[in-house]
Amino acid sequence: MAETTYLEAIRQALFEEMDRDPSVVLIGEDVGVYGGAFKVSEGLLEKFGWERVIETPISESAIVGAAVGMGYAGLRPVAEMQFIDFIACCFNQITNFAAKSHYRWGAPVPLVVRGPCGGGVHGGPFHSANPEMYFVHTPGLKVVCPATPYDAKGLLKSAIRDNNPVLFFEHKFLYRRIKEDLPKGDFTVPIGKAVVRREGRDLTIVSYAAMLHTSLEAAAELEKEGIDAEVIDLRTLLPLDRETILASVRKTNKLLVVHEDTRTGGIAGEIAAVVTESAFEDLDGPIRRVTSLDTPVPYAPQLEEYFLPNAAKVVAAARELAHY
Amino acid sequence: MKRNMTSTLTREKHLELYYYMRLNRDLEEQMVRLFRQNKIVGGLYSSFGQEAISVGTAYALGPGDWIAPMIRNIGALLVRGFKPRDILTQHMARYTSPTLGKDGTSHFGELKSRHVVSPISMLGDLIPVMTGIAMAGRYLGQKIVTMTWIGDGGTSTGVFHEGLNLAAVQKAPLVLIVENNQWAYSTPVERQTPLRDLADRAKAYGIESAIVDGNDAVAVERTAREAVAHARAGRGPVLIEAKTMRMRGHAQHDAAEYVPKEMLEAWKKRDPLDRYEKFLNESKLWDAKTKKEIDARIAREIQADVEFAENSPFPPPELAGQGVYCEGCHTVEADWKRPKEEVMPPRSSVKPEWPKKLFVENGARPPAANKVATKSKPGKKTARVPVRAKAGR
Repeated sequence: MAETTYLEAIRQALFEEMDRDPSVVLIGEDVGVYGGAFKVSEGLLEKFGWERVIETPISESAIVGAAVGMGYAGLRPVAEMQFIDFIACCFNQITNFAAKSHYRWGAPVPLVVRGPCGGGVHGGPFHSANPEMYFVHTPGLKVVCPATPYDAKGLLKSAIRDNNPVLFFEHKFLYRRIKEDLPKGDFTVPIGKAVVRREGRDLTIVSYAAMLHTSLEAAAELEKEGIDAEVIDLRTLLPLDRETILASVRKTNKLLVVHEDTRTGGIAGEIAAVVTESAFEDLDGPIRRVTSLDTPVPYAPQLEEYFLPNAAKVVAAARELAHY
Repeated sequence: MKRNMTSTLTREKHLELYYYMRLNRDLEEQMVRLFRQNKIVGGLYSSFGQEAISVGTAYALGPGDWIAPMIRNIGALLVRGFKPRDILTQHMARYTSPTLGKDGTSHFGELKSRHVVSPISMLGDLIPVMTGIAMAGRYLGQKIVTMTWIGDGGTSTGVFHEGLNLAAVQKAPLVLIVENNQWAYSTPVERQTPLRDLADRAKAYGIESAIVDGNDAVAVERTAREAVAHARAGRGPVLIEAKTMRMRGHAQHDAAEYVPKEMLEAWKKRDPLDRYEKFLNESKLWDAKTKKEIDARIAREIQADVEFAENSPFPPPELAGQGVYCEGCHTVEADWKRPKEEVMPPRSSVKPEWPKKLFVENGARPPAANKVATKSKPGKKTARVPVRAKAGR
């Protein structure tokens, strides 16, 4: 069976959901004739037509606002951000309109906002962001960050079928770099469930998105040194799967969190709080983090490489923690 | 604007219009009393002097149409079937309120039967949301129109532009009422924009507009009805500027000492309720007895609902932690009025290229040299074509 890329898996999810349910529509900039800046929506216009693949002006607030309205009318819109950095332009629609709607007046917003995030492709300060934590801090949203083609497809299907606003962050570094065999037929991956990607005894590494692959690479290196790391893929940041993290820490007694997001206010801080609150007695060492620097994402490859976590940085932190 | 007192409404509908406007005002008078008694939990925003706009515009819609009121559109909520008790319990933060005490003021709505979208406090965001509902309604074959309101100040926001531009380019059946009440909190409209008429903003989006005397209920209702017909016929969105005056402060706490007294005095003579009563008298649509009956009915209804609100419990504290997500408590279901097969392959399939006629219509050729040099003359008055005339009826 042909292997499917992360990008193709997302496209398949859109195709299959639009084919399954006529209430699913796609709205965004250049999503139709051009097929989206990364060609994620290529072929959708041809199959589903202008009414369901809606090309818009450069107006992120209007895109998300209109999608919220469509959701109120019973549709299941998927709004595309050309680059996820531009989600800042529709922050109000997402955080004040969509996120608070069900809590305030019982009006569900079945909305997906999806787009390419992440660095490592020399996109510079405005095409590389990982803005997930702005939204993890917003009650009412769900925040999904898949790391594999299987999860990208299964989680996007779950997001489209969800009655709540789901932010779906696609790591653009992974778009064409990772592939896997996907099962035929319909499948979903539940939102809010982490998964143990590698079992181990000596320490727990929690990560997500592109950094999952960095963490797995580091775990393979650590194995050569006799350090047996367990690696958890969060998959969803909000709601956070505390149980999977806590169960692992209770087993390994040590925790390292790895994320590409910047350090201050990153999910590592929240996870550290959860673990010290609920598994303090189980810890045999300090909780460590490997993250990007607290700076904008720089452009020059030398600068970006210095800014981002990598396997060597993860190995060094894990080694120190294992020997603590 | 020239006053036009002709109307095609029946006597019953004229009296209903009065009922809603009077109910709007008397309810707000009652809420001011409750505010002074410390029974309103948060702020109280009033629409004194603007009742003809809320009521007249909402009255022009059909039952399947959607509205999203702003903070000064209690009248529109009443027309849409919400009761004084809904508005009172909202302001008094009771468990019996439409939001169970989770939000206040007119921040509530109901999707499935009344088609009312709750506003948020940030201005302008309702425009793209109501554009999206209008687009969805068209997609589903519903033939609906959506309507929302914004103040003079709200037209300065970025999302006003984004939303109206999207509505225009989509030819969405949206009617936007700009209530120019001269003041955005303490800032006069002259400091929002150098435009004399906010309706001129419509020109930038290539959409129809109209200006109406917002204190003339008959003119407001008629203009809104024309705009709704225009939008429903698929001719695109309409912006109506209703010129009026905010007769109180921004909210109840605001004494509005920054408003010149003579301005208030001049507008007081144009009070929409006084004028509408005069119209009903002159048109012999009612007599003193009818007025007395309607007023008495309103007083009874308000009194009963104040009692209901005052006897309502506050929400249980633990409610604060509930309802962030929809976990199967609500269904999301579209009301299809066209065959779904039309939007499914193979019938939905198209050639994935821009239609050629798009470029011909929009003039993709370079402009002639003499056209490029043409200068626009600022301040020059241009004739405004009424919506009705352009709509060809």
